[in-house]
Amino acid sequence: MSLVFLLVALPLGGGFFLPLLDKFWEESRAKELLAWAITLTTTVLAFLSLGWRGIYQMSGWPPPIGINLVVDGLSAAMLIVVNAIALLVVIYSSKYMEDWTPTGKFYGLFFLMLAGMNGVILTGDMFNLFVFLEIASIASYALVGFRRGGEELEAAFKYLVLGSIGSSFVIFGVGLLYAATGNLNMARISLVLAERGGGGGALIGITSAFFLVGFGLKAALVPFHAWLPDAHSSAPAPISAMLSGVLIKVLGVYCLMRVFFNVIGIGEVQANLLIWGGAISMVLGALLAVGQEDFKRLLAYSSISQVGYIVMALGIGGSLLLRGEEAIAGLALLGGFFHLINHAANKALLFLNSGAIEEATGTRDLSKMGGLFHRMPLTGMTTLFGVLSIAGIPPFAGFWSKLIIIVAALWGGFYPEAAILIAVSVLTLAYYMRVEREAFFGPVPDRLKSVREAPAMMNLATVVLALGAIGLGALYLPGLRELVLQPVSQVLLEGLRYARMVLGG
Amino acid sequence: MLYTLAFVLFLIGLYATITKRNLIKIIIGVIIMEQAVNLFLLLVGYRMGGLAPIMDETMTLEEFVSRAVDPLPQALVITSIVISLGSIALMVAIAIRIYEKYGTYDIAEIRRLRG
Repeated sequence: MSLVFLLVALPLGGGFFLPLLDKFWEESRAKELLAWAITLTTTVLAFLSLGWRGIYQMSGWPPPIGINLVVDGLSAAMLIVVNAIALLVVIYSSKYMEDWTPTGKFYGLFFLMLAGMNGVILTGDMFNLFVFLEIASIASYALVGFRRGGEELEAAFKYLVLGSIGSSFVIFGVGLLYAATGNLNMARISLVLAERGGGGGALIGITSAFFLVGFGLKAALVPFHAWLPDAHSSAPAPISAMLSGVLIKVLGVYCLMRVFFNVIGIGEVQANLLIWGGAISMVLGALLAVGQEDFKRLLAYSSISQVGYIVMALGIGGSLLLRGEEAIAGLALLGGFFHLINHAANKALLFLNSGAIEEATGTRDLSKMGGLFHRMPLTGMTTLFGVLSIAGIPPFAGFWSKLIIIVAALWGGFYPEAAILIAVSVLTLAYYMRVEREAFFGPVPDRLKSVREAPAMMNLATVVLALGAIGLGALYLPGLRELVLQPVSQVLLEGLRYARMVLGG
Repeated sequence: MLYTLAFVLFLIGLYATITKRNLIKIIIGVIIMEQAVNLFLLLVGYRMGGLAPIMDETMTLEEFVSRAVDPLPQALVITSIVISLGSIALMVAIAIRIYEKYGTYDIAEIRRLRG
């Protein structure tokens, strides 16, 4: 437990020292080795944190005064997702980034982003959450423009402006929350609001509107999604995998979960906004993905659609919670988080493979590909696994999480929502099958006769993720369920337990 | 009343950011928005005619609490200024790069990405 600060400190140190190494050892592999060591350590710590529950007091100041790091079921599960994907992405980029000169700068920004995300997950203080959110965001803005081509810079600028608007909304919300309760500690805020009882009045309503817009921008929910397709398709492939796989989930979905379920408490209006925001994201993201010819853009639109699933499950869970149907609410929240884990693994896999394909064929245009299954069998196989899982085909993990969300929606009486969930699944299958048909099956065009399989290092990462696309389904089996998923839904169900755990009451 | 003004300033910044076509004007819009937030944070902790939040021997704790301004938002504002400095610097750097590539600051002329 006392090692938990290393999850933030190690990547932050890496973010500082790795760019300096560019000066001294420009050619050596020391940077890669250091990056591996840091992510391996944080991954091990993240898995250890499953057994930890409690708070770590920074500089020894007790909760209401000092900033504290909180480990509970939700943050432990989130930490594993983030750090495991970061480890695989670092393994992948040690080969992928080889041809680009400033690898030290790349790893520096990468670790700043990782430190920011781990900080957002662990912190127990509203303002500190904003600070870590900005660390992760600013690093990601710079990484999107890392290639410094015209399109990349444009995408980075768009992302930067919309991201800054989102951050301003978040900090305004934090200020309002401080004005309303006189506290910045999340646990104290939730206790103060609970003592006042129900709703919390107009000020809390305005605050939650600010948070919804701010975190909604970071999660790319539909009215605020304009930046995501540009940013996620312009970034280098490993960064796209991080952005789509974990960044939008940590900065958007996790913050929504934490703030709405554990801090200010969810109300009827917020729950409905989450449901319909999720629904519109799902439908619009899927419809826009159907017409895309650019592989990475298609994946980016698919991310909008899949995050919609998670947010809708949260809304359904919150709405059922208000009606007092805790068992079904727990199922919906569990399904939502399960889908978050699956989507993180699958989308990271697909983006990494899109990078391997782009490097091998020199194009991202689906219509210029063809027959890649013959030329790159391993990449083809792992992509197929990811596609089947994300589209929700039975033995794969993505099927189980979607099934749980749909079952919870049906049991809770959300029939139109369940119909949308099923319809979007079919649409997802349709556009991913087009990817398979155009890029992987069929005869090999002459232009691609000389294409070779991706290097072993890159395949190592994708094969692990492809095994995850099948294996993660086991998380719902009894035994494993109590270890990861059940604690998450418990944290979200019993909003005030978080406060009691932090303040030791 | 003053809170409303801070909110109006925030909306002016938001309006500029969303509607303007010039990269530099967009950046100025973001700056206005971030300053509005800082102003709001300061107002949250402000007290008309309050003392500087430094306690000396002549004051009791109750007297201090009832008369001094709240120091916490001031600490927040400093942090938030530093953070917005970081993002604005990055924004300006990218805007300059875009100008080098396209020779213009007008987003209508450089927008090649399609939604």
